[in-house]
Amino acid sequence: MTEHLLDVQGLNKSFGDNHVLRGVDLIVPTGSVTVLIGPSGSGKTTVLRSLNALEIPDAGTVRIGDVSVDFGAKPDRRQITELRAQSGMVFQSHNLFPHLSVLRNVTEGPLVVQKRPAAEVNAEALELLRRVGLAEKAEQFPYQLSGGQQQRVGIARALAIKPRLMLFDEPTSALDPELVGEVLAVMKDLAADGWTMVVVTHEIRFARQVADQVLFLDGGVVAERGTPAEVLDHPKEERTQRFLHRLIDPL
Amino acid sequence: MDQSTVELIRSSLGPLLEGMVKGTIPLTAISFVLGLLLALVVALMRLSPIWPVSAIARFYVSVIRGTPLLVQLFIIFYGLPSLGATIDPWPSAVLAFTLNVGGYASEIIRAAIISVPRGQWEAAQTVGMNYPTTLRRIILPQAARVSVPPLSNTLISLVKDTSLASTILVTETFRKAQELAGPTFEFFTLYMVAAAYYWAVCLVLSFAQSRLETRLDRYVAS
Ligand SMILES: Nc1ncnc2c1ncn2[C@@H]1O[C@H](COP(=O)(O)OP(=O)(O)OP(=O)(O)O)[C@@H](O)[C@H]1O
Ligand SMILES: [Mg+2]
Repeated sequence: MTEHLLDVQGLNKSFGDNHVLRGVDLIVPTGSVTVLIGPSGSGKTTVLRSLNALEIPDAGTVRIGDVSVDFGAKPDRRQITELRAQSGMVFQSHNLFPHLSVLRNVTEGPLVVQKRPAAEVNAEALELLRRVGLAEKAEQFPYQLSGGQQQRVGIARALAIKPRLMLFDEPTSALDPELVGEVLAVMKDLAADGWTMVVVTHEIRFARQVADQVLFLDGGVVAERGTPAEVLDHPKEERTQRFLHRLIDPL
Repeated sequence: MDQSTVELIRSSLGPLLEGMVKGTIPLTAISFVLGLLLALVVALMRLSPIWPVSAIARFYVSVIRGTPLLVQLFIIFYGLPSLGATIDPWPSAVLAFTLNVGGYASEIIRAAIISVPRGQWEAAQTVGMNYPTTLRRIILPQAARVSVPPLSNTLISLVKDTSLASTILVTETFRKAQELAGPTFEFFTLYMVAAAYYWAVCLVLSFAQSRLETRLDRYVAS
């Protein structure tokens, strides 16, 4: 494996006339955590979704491990599927499968797509649920869980396909404040275990404690990047300062 | 009720039951199952981003919904032979009812598929599913829940609509009633017996519908 698990060059994406990404570059060393911050509409979600081709950029390359896709060169379905298999995605609104039990949510990918043996998959899924603290909820349906628990199942589901990279899009911003901690704790755990993660979040404390690098996105470009100390505590760019100021003191 | 009417009702129960069991029920069941398969295909075609594909589906639905079922039935049975295609009564009826269910149910299925949030498609993609797998494992099970009530209506309508097959010589419940009524002139009595049979079948179906709805609702908060 290369030293940089994720390497993104020149991402460009327009929705109609709206030029949303204007050349985003991003390098994520293996085993490190990258936090994306930025104002609403700056393109954070679009960047993240481009990494597993939920959004197809107009141009730019994404390399995860040894799988590289050049979106400018009209990749075919097989390339996209292969790229997608490299990362697990955790959504803001968990998007759990409501008609499947918690366990089946986690096993669906490995069983149905990867066609791995059921006994092995079930054992692994239970282990993942134990890891996110939900082993005893395996047989429940998603609606029977709290928001924080649902989000943790979402994390287990993403881990179950054995991705190399974990992507999180504001995993705590739809949660009641008292449930945020349990989700961040699981993410911290993953980081400590050496998972490579790209996280869109406005949890500045989490970024300070866990991130290796912080990127501030504004208007579809990376306006500032560096260590948490650099970007969060001593931002050079005025727009970063303004953004952080608003975040800390919304009034 | 006089003695002869009671006797007539009793003697008609058997033949009309036979009309149900050998005519109405299999005609309904076969047409409904085939019609649902057709409807799924048409619904997916209508949702296709390729416009000629969705245009064909739209045209089909428009024709089916815009013309009377009786006319469709007559075109197939009495009309097609003049084009050189003669089809027996039974297959004609199955064909007509299948096409009819296909048209109506496709709109129900399409709406049900659209009602499943986009995030479900995306989550399925992120765990590696392709389009057919996503449809089969994630989307259709959820769409089924919302489409059971309207599809039940389609089924119940179909049970009653199959009586139209009597006009193309299919021996089903209503035609049996006509055959028995003809020589005796006891139209009222025999048609009432036939109506009772249809009603009974529809009651059973309504009951089955609510059972199924309860079952499919078990994964949503009440
Ligand atoms: N599917 C889409 N179709 C059209 N426009 C879109 C689509 N997705 C995103 N956009 C637009 O792209 C821009 C960037 O959106 P994006 O969701 O990436 O921002 P974000 O930084 O994640 O914002 P937020 O903090 O509100 O989540 C916005 O102007 C948005 O309206
Ligand atoms: Mg976003």
